[in-house]
Amino acid sequence: MTRTPDTGHPTPMLEIRDLHVSVEGNEILRGVSLTVRPGEVHAIMGPNGSGKSTLAQVLAGHPAYTVTAGSVQYDGKDLLDMDPEERAREGVFLAFQYPVSIRGITNSYFLRSAVNAIRKHKGLDELDPLDFLQVLEDKLKAIGWDDSLMNRAVNEGFSGGEKKRNEILQLAVLEPRLSILDETDSGLDIDALKTVAEAVNKLRGADRSFVVVTHYQRLLNYIVPDHVHVLADGRIVKSGGKELAVALEEKGYDWLKPAAAGTTA
Amino acid sequence: MTSIETQVLQPYKYGFTTEIDADIVPPGLSEDVIRLISIKKGEPGWMLEWRLKAYRHWLTMREPTWANVKYGPIDYQAISYYAAPKQMPKVESLDQVDPKLLETFEKLGIPIAEQKRLAGVAVDAVFDSVSVATTFRAELAKYGVIFCPMSEAIREHPDLVKQYLGTVVPTNDNFFAALNSAVFTDGSFAFIPKGVRCPLELSTYFRINASSTGQFERTLIVAEEGSHVSYLEGCSAPTRDENQLHAAVVELVALDNAQIKYSTIQNWYPGDEEGKGGIYNFVTKRGACRGKNSKISWTQVETGSAITWKYPGCLLQGDGSIGEFYSVAVTNHRQQADTGTKMIHIGKNTKSTIVSKGISAGHGQNTYRGLVKIMKGAEGARNYSQCDSMLIGSECGAHTFPYIDVRNSTAIMEHEASTSKIGEDQIFYCKQRGLSAEDAVSMIVNGFCKEVFKELPMEFAVEAQNLLGISLEGSVG
Repeated sequence: MTRTPDTGHPTPMLEIRDLHVSVEGNEILRGVSLTVRPGEVHAIMGPNGSGKSTLAQVLAGHPAYTVTAGSVQYDGKDLLDMDPEERAREGVFLAFQYPVSIRGITNSYFLRSAVNAIRKHKGLDELDPLDFLQVLEDKLKAIGWDDSLMNRAVNEGFSGGEKKRNEILQLAVLEPRLSILDETDSGLDIDALKTVAEAVNKLRGADRSFVVVTHYQRLLNYIVPDHVHVLADGRIVKSGGKELAVALEEKGYDWLKPAAAGTTA
Repeated sequence: MTSIETQVLQPYKYGFTTEIDADIVPPGLSEDVIRLISIKKGEPGWMLEWRLKAYRHWLTMREPTWANVKYGPIDYQAISYYAAPKQMPKVESLDQVDPKLLETFEKLGIPIAEQKRLAGVAVDAVFDSVSVATTFRAELAKYGVIFCPMSEAIREHPDLVKQYLGTVVPTNDNFFAALNSAVFTDGSFAFIPKGVRCPLELSTYFRINASSTGQFERTLIVAEEGSHVSYLEGCSAPTRDENQLHAAVVELVALDNAQIKYSTIQNWYPGDEEGKGGIYNFVTKRGACRGKNSKISWTQVETGSAITWKYPGCLLQGDGSIGEFYSVAVTNHRQQADTGTKMIHIGKNTKSTIVSKGISAGHGQNTYRGLVKIMKGAEGARNYSQCDSMLIGSECGAHTFPYIDVRNSTAIMEHEASTSKIGEDQIFYCKQRGLSAEDAVSMIVNGFCKEVFKELPMEFAVEAQNLLGISLEGSVG
């Protein structure tokens, strides 16, 4: 079990302790512990089947995953006790690896509904379409994107790159405190990767934390993490600084596995 | 899946019964009963003859069995064919209408009292076998528009009725149409004279109240050359353990350059979760685009009834005429729907568009059945058909039977079909953005139906969305 070294911040934003998770009776996570403090970017790396995406989905509350042991504190509250929508309203955001499409509903309407659900939760007035348009324009300007995706149906007919970009756009508008990026780099060419990474970098801030799940190091050239963790066989087997990612790129994952066999590709 | 299902499977809100003294003809069907109905309606002799002819033909017909629906035998002698609230016959103004009736329609959200009338919508309110009130008649008369109960049209405008009644749906068209022709009691008649754009939406609200009765309404809309009209139809019935029969006939006639838009929100009692009770909705609706460049557009949102058997169609006779059919059909619990359209292309350069959305939940069975027929002389005909099905849960079914019969090689036909399932992943995605499960289902269903909802007049679009448990905002992209 490896812990993130204490960097001096008083309260962690996310504190995962000895988390065990199963899907349909198969144990995927076997005791994960991780501390994320405000403003930090943590990268979770690992081979296919190591449990990276499971960790991302569990934090967001996907019903297919069963937590069998361990705890997760978010801002001092029991995250596992909260419904997925409550987690979202409290500022936990998952950028999906495979975002689903919703036919007949425009991105702009979907996003406004999400913004208003969160605003309502915070006791703020809901935004009408005109107010929202203003907010949206400001956000788009801040990350340097145009509004070409906004009037299309949610992810309907989007290319892989457009879907990923759309996730980051939602992230920008919803202003979560804890963002989990699940393989946001997969399927992106280098230009798209840069665009997405730049947008994420602009969103970094002292009170915002990121957990970036990725298989490859190349995303981390653009989103430079404070900490890198290697997940293998459902456990964090090594933690380090950004140089760890570079080492992984050169040597692969095999040297870190607790036992040579056992992972499913 | 349960949270998703409970959202769609909402309890029926219109199941109350109005306690009112009624004049009910004892159950049973015979020539004497038909004579009695005709007398009660104060009809001329030709109408009675018309009914009897239909009845005699009906006796030779068999109930159709080709539809993809299952139900026990209907005992046509156990149904009462006439039920009317007492003290009804001569009502000069709304003040004389039984307050209980006004209250009933009020409760259904159909205000007919003077001070609460819907702006821009003239309403004909039909309670069991009779029309209770028709609003804005004087206003419409200024434009030469006739909008009145069918029984009154037969007495007051016999020439118009004789000229058009039964010309689109003949009395021997099918089993239920023949039955309707024999025993129909009320319904609406609308006549839009040449060149008039009807200044108001016309609307009829049908309410079944009495038990063991059938409702057999007859609606006829005639749009003369160059006229336009938009007509809305709504319906509901009390919650009862028995099955009640509703066999309506609707005929539309559009002459040269005329346009008729006919919208339906069908919300008859669907039966309970086990499939007990509910309305058998066996309806024949057809429009004739008789004139050149005429257009008839059907939009229907079918959420009620235990069984729906309904194929609003268009006879595209006039050159350049256009037929449209937009449909959302929802079946949940044990509901069964076999619905679709018939587009018969007869004239040259005729066009038809079909957009059908079927939503099945619970143990619901939803069938799209459609016929597109291009006749030999229909040079340059075009059809576009789109049939989409959505499944919620794993016990329901969606079926599609598109029949295409092309007899002219210049025809251009397009057909698209899809089946999708609301999945946990879609719901989870929405929840992860902060939306509740209810809002997520609403949004997904609403987005699925959007192409149809946008065809509805504003007032109805709202009602349609509410019926599906959907907030107004959902479809406003």
